[in-house]
Amino acid sequence: MIHSLFLVNASGDIFLEKHWKSVVSRSVCDYFFEAQERATEPENVPPVIPTPHHYLISVLRHRIYFVAVIQSEVPPLFVIEFLHRVVDTFQDYFGVCTEAAIKDNVVVVYELLEEMLDNGFPLATESNILKELIKPPTILRTMVNTITGSTNVGEQLPTGQLSVVPWRRTGVKYTNNEAYFDVVEEIDAIIDKSGSTITAEIQGVIDACVKLTGMPDLTLSFMNPRLLDDVSFHPCVRFKRWEAERILSFIPPDGNFRLLSYHVSSQNLVAIPVYVKHNITFREGSSQGRFDLTLGPKQTMGKAVESVLVSSQLPRGVLNANLNPSQGTYTFDPVTKMLSWDVGKINPQKLPSLKGTMSLQAGASKPDENPTINIQLKIQQMAISGLKVNRLDMYGEKYKPFKGIKYMTKAGKFQVRT
Amino acid sequence: MTDSKYFTTTKKGEIFELKAELNSDKKEKKKEAVKKVIASMTVGKDVSALFPDVVNCMQTDNLELKKLVYLYLMNYAKSQPDMAIMAVNTFVKDCEDPNPLIRALAVRTMGCIRVDKITEYLCEPLRKCLKDEDPYVRKTAAVCVAKLHDINAQLVEDQGFLDTLKDLISDSNPMVVANAVAALSEIAESHPNSNLLDLNPQTINKLLTALNECTEWGQIFILDCLANYTPRDDRESQSICERVTPRLSHANSAVVLSAVKVLMKFMEMLPKDLDYYGTLLKKLAPPLVTLLSAEPELQYVALRNINLIVQRRPEILKHEMKVFFVKYNDPIYVKLEKLDIMIRLASQANIAQVLAELKEYATEVDVDFVRKAVRAIGRCAIKVEQSAERCVSTLLDLIQTKVNYVVQEAIVVIKDIFRKYPNKYESVIATLCENLDSLDEPEARAAMIWIVGEYAERIDNADELLESFLEGFHDESTQVQLQLLTAIVKLFLKKPTETQELVQQVLSLATQDSDNPDLRDRGYIYWRLLSTDPVAAKEVVLAEKPLISEETDLIEPTLLEELICHIGTLASVYHKPPSAFVEGSRGVQHKRLPGSAGSGESVDSPDPGSAAGASEAPPAVIPSQGDLLGDLLNLDLTPPTTTGPPPAPSSGMQLGAMDLLGGGLDSLLGGDLGGGAAMGAGFGAAPAAMPASFSAPVSGGLDDLFDLGGGVGMPMGAYSPPKTIWLPAMKAKGLEISGTFARRAGVIQMEMTLTNKAMSVMTDFAIQFNRNSFGLAPAGPLQILTPLSPNQSIEASLPLSTVGPVMKMEPLTNLQVAVKNNIDVFYFSCQYPISMLFVEDGKMERQVFLATWKDIPNDNESQFQIKDCHLSSDATSNKLQGSNVFTIAKRTVEGQDMLYQSMKLTNGIWVLAELRVQTGNPNYTVSLKCRAPEVSQCVFQSYEAMLKN
Repeated sequence: MIHSLFLVNASGDIFLEKHWKSVVSRSVCDYFFEAQERATEPENVPPVIPTPHHYLISVLRHRIYFVAVIQSEVPPLFVIEFLHRVVDTFQDYFGVCTEAAIKDNVVVVYELLEEMLDNGFPLATESNILKELIKPPTILRTMVNTITGSTNVGEQLPTGQLSVVPWRRTGVKYTNNEAYFDVVEEIDAIIDKSGSTITAEIQGVIDACVKLTGMPDLTLSFMNPRLLDDVSFHPCVRFKRWEAERILSFIPPDGNFRLLSYHVSSQNLVAIPVYVKHNITFREGSSQGRFDLTLGPKQTMGKAVESVLVSSQLPRGVLNANLNPSQGTYTFDPVTKMLSWDVGKINPQKLPSLKGTMSLQAGASKPDENPTINIQLKIQQMAISGLKVNRLDMYGEKYKPFKGIKYMTKAGKFQVRT
Repeated sequence: MTDSKYFTTTKKGEIFELKAELNSDKKEKKKEAVKKVIASMTVGKDVSALFPDVVNCMQTDNLELKKLVYLYLMNYAKSQPDMAIMAVNTFVKDCEDPNPLIRALAVRTMGCIRVDKITEYLCEPLRKCLKDEDPYVRKTAAVCVAKLHDINAQLVEDQGFLDTLKDLISDSNPMVVANAVAALSEIAESHPNSNLLDLNPQTINKLLTALNECTEWGQIFILDCLANYTPRDDRESQSICERVTPRLSHANSAVVLSAVKVLMKFMEMLPKDLDYYGTLLKKLAPPLVTLLSAEPELQYVALRNINLIVQRRPEILKHEMKVFFVKYNDPIYVKLEKLDIMIRLASQANIAQVLAELKEYATEVDVDFVRKAVRAIGRCAIKVEQSAERCVSTLLDLIQTKVNYVVQEAIVVIKDIFRKYPNKYESVIATLCENLDSLDEPEARAAMIWIVGEYAERIDNADELLESFLEGFHDESTQVQLQLLTAIVKLFLKKPTETQELVQQVLSLATQDSDNPDLRDRGYIYWRLLSTDPVAAKEVVLAEKPLISEETDLIEPTLLEELICHIGTLASVYHKPPSAFVEGSRGVQHKRLPGSAGSGESVDSPDPGSAAGASEAPPAVIPSQGDLLGDLLNLDLTPPTTTGPPPAPSSGMQLGAMDLLGGGLDSLLGGDLGGGAAMGAGFGAAPAAMPASFSAPVSGGLDDLFDLGGGVGMPMGAYSPPKTIWLPAMKAKGLEISGTFARRAGVIQMEMTLTNKAMSVMTDFAIQFNRNSFGLAPAGPLQILTPLSPNQSIEASLPLSTVGPVMKMEPLTNLQVAVKNNIDVFYFSCQYPISMLFVEDGKMERQVFLATWKDIPNDNESQFQIKDCHLSSDATSNKLQGSNVFTIAKRTVEGQDMLYQSMKLTNGIWVLAELRVQTGNPNYTVSLKCRAPEVSQCVFQSYEAMLKN
């Protein structure tokens, strides 16, 4: 199981270590640093690194490497999932997960890690249980504690630890009872030079913010549940009911949680919301290249495409770019060769474009690689897969809650090859 | 007010100040001080000097302070064992606390204090906590057993904690069950054979119930534990699969992958025509695809596992090619894995798409990735024949880009394409030759030289090209030097008139100016070959090459099966068996996939029909290398001092030399030695340093052994032990041999099942024995006429004679065997039951028996007990008779039957026995008398085996 954890910052310093079994010398991280040196980019450090006596499994989040040390055969996904949970918990407790935040709260961090893992076995990773054990630091509480001498460690066994619904604490009370659901879909796509779709798929999630008194039992039904053939549920969802009736039935956790994530595969037809016309050329023997890019809406069901951001890694040989955007602003970083263009909203009557020239190193040969264009965008009030919630019902409690559903489509890894 | 204040220090000395604060009267100040200590600890500062002061703070009602002190204790107790004892009392007291949180905390912390003295005090509180009324305490205690086991395994066993832990599997609370399973699994890792997790249908049912209710982590433990179970039949298998399938929709990817492991394993047992089988296959694809939309680290682990799954069951993901397409900002380790899987999934249906993608990748920035993409194009060409032409033209396009490393990779793969499709794409050679100068990597140079040599007759200036390489011969890497040597010899054989000078030059460079033994030996061989028999040389050097296989980097099926059982683990990430890399692998058991219920290829049931058929067929022509093998075996087996099989490496080396020569050695040695005269004087003077053994005639060694015809008699009642695995596939490059011995109609038969678990066809089987105690030797050649294709089994029955050379073995019935096939020679040893050697005329006259019994000194008598035998004396007598143990007389004294028996071994040794059978007593007594008392032990073992079967 998980033996130790080291937190390493961007400059390669270990700023926190925690051991759940015997102490492992921090020199074990030297193997990690070696791998880090070999990797050209920080994210290219391999997630599993063997050393003579241990294995190092690491994730990179918020520019901090979380390096777990294991000694025996442990499923690596188990370790990675756990590390993600650690990051989420820190973020939940301190608002941000940065080196400064962790250092500022080092004792809470230590207490948390101790509660999350026992002898390498996960103990309590649900946020509501942890919060009952160790109260998150707030300015008010710190002051109260200083004055009254009370602590931020819970004295009682958390109620959820052993119940059949470990994700929900008992005795929840709200004056305003509300349940909001966000259906967010991301399109991952690769579009080839000629504009045809090579692959496109949708990663969707339903995030919930539920603040309901008592023990509500909710059901959520869809107009077109047929779309959801590849789903991962929060443990609260009753799987049998879904299998039989295609209805989500659950007792929700308190607060924010991810109810469901789903995947609409490339075998279904995925609508592509924008198209790109591009012409990026270099001529042999000339120290200039042409850059011409136009964006337009495609299948958006009449909704506006907003917050469009175009970025592209131009070839190493490009020294500078002299471009003229029809709307928005662009920047070009001559060191990283990253071009980014903040387009904003696409107006179908007047398509945004970015045109101009790129200057190359004099005498250098024409670059071999073709830059790939990366697009970010947002479309409000629409889930591009067409998924629609039919109704939300509540049982088990008497009051009438406020209910709300929001839809949004974003671009995930949306890439256009040139 | 943040915790960073704990790091600020004053000039006076940190430790000194902390000490003062820890001993303060004010609670608040104490707590702040402990927090400072903990803060220093987290950054790796040594604050162990404060141990007594911190421990003094332990007796407190303040839970936070208590927890902080515990944190400190866990870290430093080991360095201060004597001081740690001070804490014991508080622990014991806390274990009685009415608050379950404190009880659990105490038992949890105690387990983390890795001090021997403390563990003794821990036992009683732990025992109580394991039976605590509160499940939270029980589940914490379960983990504590694993901790304690890690510190002192003996103590845990002596105290009976393991049994208590096993009982917890039946606990009513699913969390307790999950933790008990986790603890037992961890303990079992250090006791591979302890059978701690004794899985039976009842426990499985409990685990499956707990699976639905416990946390995600508990689900992982339970699923991993389920994967070790082998269901009794396909119905049980199906019902487990049905209950595990919902886990595929879990949000935690580790749960999903563990569920996939269970399903992949249990699916093996389902009949393929079952509807449910198809449903299950369909259900497996979506969760695997979903894993690929997660964070890159998760993707990487998932991809490594998908790589295995795709090799085992390509049908699951065959329609999902597109999800493996590479995004330009994927981390490199994800890109490379995706590429690998793309090639595995490539088929005629999707090859156009794949090629278009690969061509796209070949223009990316990352050099490693581009190289791999170019190689992938070559692999596609070899895998999907219909696409070869497109692949070649894609590669030519890439060569036109003139990007140096792309060109080099392209040339390396084009060489492979030439090997796979000879005489089809030679038109591209001209384009390749244009790029000769830009090649600077050894592999690409070697590939190019190979192409020039192979197609020398079509390249007008082949001699010039090769000569240009020759200039810097000594600066080249070995790979290039060897290739250049061979290529020039090929060229010479094709165009002898113009290139004589060139070939002489390269031969002298290789043999006289090089320090590399490989190169020198190859040079000598060619030189000798060319000077003695150019015709033979042509046959050897320009021989038709075997086709290269379709997929070169598939994992061996046996290893793959094992890895499938380890999906989701480190083993699956490294594609190595767990035993190969886990630290101090304590005899990890090899896991195997269960066999399908409906399949007829059971290893244990020899098919007498086919075995008989095989041995009645006419004797096979001795394979061409057989005589050489005989020689090698003689060489290796003659110094018979060790009992184990002779070390393989020595023979491996000799066989390596044989490989180098290909199939041409026979013609070299057997050919007309005078034929070289036509070669002209240039080659007459072969260097004197020629190894002598090359000219020594190799005589046929096996011929005289193979003179006895094989005959198979009717099976009769003789005892024959069940087949056991003699040679595991892991040790023999995929050949698995299981076998037994039987005596049929007076002939000893060695019955074997040969199974090919490798990926290539096996042919040219031959067998040889080392000398042994009773002179056992094959009475005929091994009758395996058809080549053994992958995953096929064949039954072979080998009649044995007892006229071979004799040497006493230890144990007496040990037999060392060498089996050869087209791949290699393998050695194993097995033991035969001595009852195989009991001859049919082993019945002694009564008088002679009496006289002999008296004659043999009493020192030679040995007595044995056979326990738990429930046969009457007559049944015993009949049963033994079937194995040529003859009852000469029977006497009944005081309700005890005395059977007097005799048997004779093949080498004429008589064994006399007195068997005492008492009705109602399952224990028999055997007294054996023999002039050669060494055999008694073996005879007794045979008795026991014969009577109990």
